[in-house]
Amino acid sequence: MEGVIAQATEKTTAAVRNWGEPVGFVVMLAALVVAPFFVYPLFLMQALCFALFASAFNLLIGYVGLLSFGHALYFGWASYITAYVAKTWGLTPELAILTGVLAAGVLGLVAGSLAIRRQGIYFAMVTLALAQMMYFFALQAKFTGGEDGIQGVPRGKLFGLISLASSEAMYIFVVAVFLAAFLLIYRIIHSPFGEVLKAIRENEARAISLGYKTERYKLAAFVLSAGLAGLAGGTKAIVMQIASLTDVNWPMSGEVVLMTLVGGLGTIFGPAVGAFIIVTMQFSLAQIGEWVSVIQGGIFVTCVLLFRRGVVGEIAHLLRIRL
Amino acid sequence: MFEIFGIPSSALFGQLLIGLINGSFYALLSLGLAVIFGMLNIINFTHGAQYMLGAFAAFLLLQLTGINYWLALIVAPIIVGIIGIVIERVFLQWLYKLDHLYGLLLTFGLALIIEGVTRNYYGSAGLPYQVPEALQGGRNLGFMFLPNYRAWVVAFSLVVCFGTWFVIERTKLGAYLRAATENPTLVRAFGINVPRMITLTYGFGVGLAALAGVMAAPIYNVSPQMGSELIIVVFAVVVIGGMGSIMGAILTGFGLGVVEGLTKVFFPEASNTVIFVIMAIVLLVRPAGLFGRRA
Repeated sequence: MEGVIAQATEKTTAAVRNWGEPVGFVVMLAALVVAPFFVYPLFLMQALCFALFASAFNLLIGYVGLLSFGHALYFGWASYITAYVAKTWGLTPELAILTGVLAAGVLGLVAGSLAIRRQGIYFAMVTLALAQMMYFFALQAKFTGGEDGIQGVPRGKLFGLISLASSEAMYIFVVAVFLAAFLLIYRIIHSPFGEVLKAIRENEARAISLGYKTERYKLAAFVLSAGLAGLAGGTKAIVMQIASLTDVNWPMSGEVVLMTLVGGLGTIFGPAVGAFIIVTMQFSLAQIGEWVSVIQGGIFVTCVLLFRRGVVGEIAHLLRIRL
Repeated sequence: MFEIFGIPSSALFGQLLIGLINGSFYALLSLGLAVIFGMLNIINFTHGAQYMLGAFAAFLLLQLTGINYWLALIVAPIIVGIIGIVIERVFLQWLYKLDHLYGLLLTFGLALIIEGVTRNYYGSAGLPYQVPEALQGGRNLGFMFLPNYRAWVVAFSLVVCFGTWFVIERTKLGAYLRAATENPTLVRAFGINVPRMITLTYGFGVGLAALAGVMAAPIYNVSPQMGSELIIVVFAVVVIGGMGSIMGAILTGFGLGVVEGLTKVFFPEASNTVIFVIMAIVLLVRPAGLFGRRA
């Protein structure tokens, strides 16, 4: 495992200039302000939810070196729980999403403590299998509505005061959620805790010998990643007003891997960029039906063989900055 | 016919038989995954798609050239195995020095491509494949009705599984293979063409998956998504058994098939999830898997 993902990301050396991240952040903010004047807002909000989902996923693969192939579990189940409590219990959107995040965190704690008992490739298989199990639960459980999903989820009033029915209000809310989570992830990566995570990614045996209880760090990162994936799923349920089986099934787990890979594993902006690329592709190619999955497969193959740094990783490499 | 725990014996043994059949597919697929992982250090996510290709090859051979089931049993795995060899030469050989996860991602992408293309041409609905004439019908055993074809699948799978075990564990070729898994550089220094062995191993593992696909064609309909549903369960089987032992893979595969069949009788709601639940329990009790060695 050790050091291999580091090949795909930029090494932090003295030569690396650090103007990349602030500039990237300003560009991203500007894009978020300008975009709604040019692009269909519902599309933007959905893409932002996926951008958050991919960033949460990247926290694990990019910074701990753990490939979870079952992240749809947290995204999808949070969206079910959020949709259910918003619709049936009539909770306000922020409380509904919070419930979804908590549920995803608990699921992440359970699945994570099982998955970290195996390393490497087994870790990926365990996470995939556990996610598939929870997919069958979602399919059979009464409250999820089976094939129909939970439809007609109310957007409700934020804090019971501000209606989110209009696209403008909803967009501002989604941007706020995205930015808050993005900054949290940034903070986690650059904290002492994040440094230990990177040490585990580079050489777990060495981290253990330095006295770190790596299993606890891995589990903590897993729960954080699951919870943030849940934040994305819950927000998506409120935005799209539906929770369905698509979000909890294995192709969704594959899609979030694809987004992160295209954008750049282990880069802070990569997953968000990758999410916008993939969601745009799905929107513009919607009429060719099944070929979308063939094209996605093709992108996977191309990225792995020729393009392991991803879009943002390539840019960072060319400019010798950290992004 | 009689009853056991209030269940008619025909239902109980019928599900047990289906369990054995699914178990033989689990065994054949996890066997292939284990052999491939040993040599290539890649978890072959395309395995499910290659199982599906085996079924489609049998279907197309019959439709287009009139080649019957018995010939398809040989020809289809060879065709799919050759496709596998091409995949190994074109794509996989560049990944051996990289992290495992890239192999998983690449083969996942290939699976998406193969499944997507098949679905574009043949749709999602299943295509029927006739049981070969010689194996139609069945016999009444007193406690159950045994369809001839299903008995054949279980028996033939057992033969193939143990044949594979024999070749790997008891022949000179198998000794080379095990040695190359352990230490490829050293084996190469002895003048054995390890890269060619790797290629052929992949072709062989993929061929096993295709063979399972041909056998599955008359039981389940031939459909593009038949593989992706199976491969995730097979991953759980591999986690439960561990990939260290050939016999372990065979026993785990058949055993879990039977457990799944019994669950269908006594607690049908859990039949989809029982293998995943067992996986979770095994991870708690024996994290290295039933037959796995501690890393």
